[in-house]
Amino acid sequence: MKNENIIQYIYGIADNTLILGQRLSELCGHGPNLETDIALTNMALDLLGQTRSYYQYVAQLSGDEKTEDDIAFLRIERQYKNVLLVEQPNRHFGYVITRQFFYDVFHLLLLQELQDSTDETLAAIAKKGIKEVSYHQRFSSDWIKRLGDGTEESHKKAQEAVDDLWRFTDELFHMTEDDTIVMQNEIGVDTVTLKEKYYQRVREVLEEATLSVPETKWFQKGGKEGIHSEHMGYLLSDLQYMQRAYPNMKW
Amino acid sequence: MTIALEQDIDPKLIPILEEVHDPEIPVLSIMDMGVVRFAHMKDNIAQIKITPTYSGCPAMDVMGDDIIHAFAKANIKAKVSLVLSPAWTTDWITHRGRKALEEYGIAAPLNEEADKEALLNNKKIVKCPQCRSTNTKMVSQFGSTACKALFKCDECLEPFDYFKCLK
Repeated sequence: MKNENIIQYIYGIADNTLILGQRLSELCGHGPNLETDIALTNMALDLLGQTRSYYQYVAQLSGDEKTEDDIAFLRIERQYKNVLLVEQPNRHFGYVITRQFFYDVFHLLLLQELQDSTDETLAAIAKKGIKEVSYHQRFSSDWIKRLGDGTEESHKKAQEAVDDLWRFTDELFHMTEDDTIVMQNEIGVDTVTLKEKYYQRVREVLEEATLSVPETKWFQKGGKEGIHSEHMGYLLSDLQYMQRAYPNMKW
Repeated sequence: MTIALEQDIDPKLIPILEEVHDPEIPVLSIMDMGVVRFAHMKDNIAQIKITPTYSGCPAMDVMGDDIIHAFAKANIKAKVSLVLSPAWTTDWITHRGRKALEEYGIAAPLNEEADKEALLNNKKIVKCPQCRSTNTKMVSQFGSTACKALFKCDECLEPFDYFKCLK
């Protein structure tokens, strides 16, 4: 196993938190009310904080001049290894919550395994993250129930979101070649083993929310291999604008 | 990014560290917050390690700068680094810190079990820092910062922040 395998493995986790954090940041000042606005941006902050810890570690592992900022802002689309789920746009509040819920359930399961990694930095980042992501999961699960079991309109919108985003859930468990190598070295997590628990938890919450679980068996993937949806380019142009326009700018 | 298992602070450096306060909760010194994990002089440089309350806590950068300034005032050069493990917990807030929070108008964290009950609005146990009533309810799990939840007192009708228990 080479450092490059671990770096690619970390991108597979950290790019998710970066891109989801970016999506949530877009809602700053645009939440449906003050409390949810603050909650979503607080979650964005947690995710971006975790991302920084991962990228700082990548910068250290790669041993060149690259900094966390170069990694976040100066890669091209194909080099981002986030799943398609997290890059999906903020269509409406129910959609934002559903996307968040689908990711939170996976995220918590992942970190609960990653905390036992033989790599002590990754284990430390995971342990720290678990505390934060537990809150995220509680928040998004509560809202799924409230929307699903709410008004006719909120139910309809939540169900539409569930039906639309369902096809992106299977990719969460996709193992790339790097993932497999890093897992075999007891640093990475075997995400395939999380699948059953994941769908069980998701089902429980959806059922409580009176939402039906989609029956579709067809799933979309690509993001983990760097092949993204049409939304990713727009997201990156927003994310990268300042560093591209004013190279090396700092706060 | 390293790991600092036990808190290890040179008592001589404590007065300087106590001058530094959390920029978002100015009544709380970083010592009372429990975020300082290591502080020792090495080759005439104060080596300080702090741990973030939350991963993305924007106050960490400010605290780092403030530590350097506080030491500079005492003519000491300081180097600040971040440690992630073990992860910060609200148990590390000192007794004095908890009192300062309450006086400032922020309800101090309950124990883990009580915290869960409070955040799910199952039990009315969080004391309003204004009127001391426990007739309070949670409005939002996320308050003005990631570490706090927003509560409302049904007795004096004032909103207030509750510092969430982090274990």
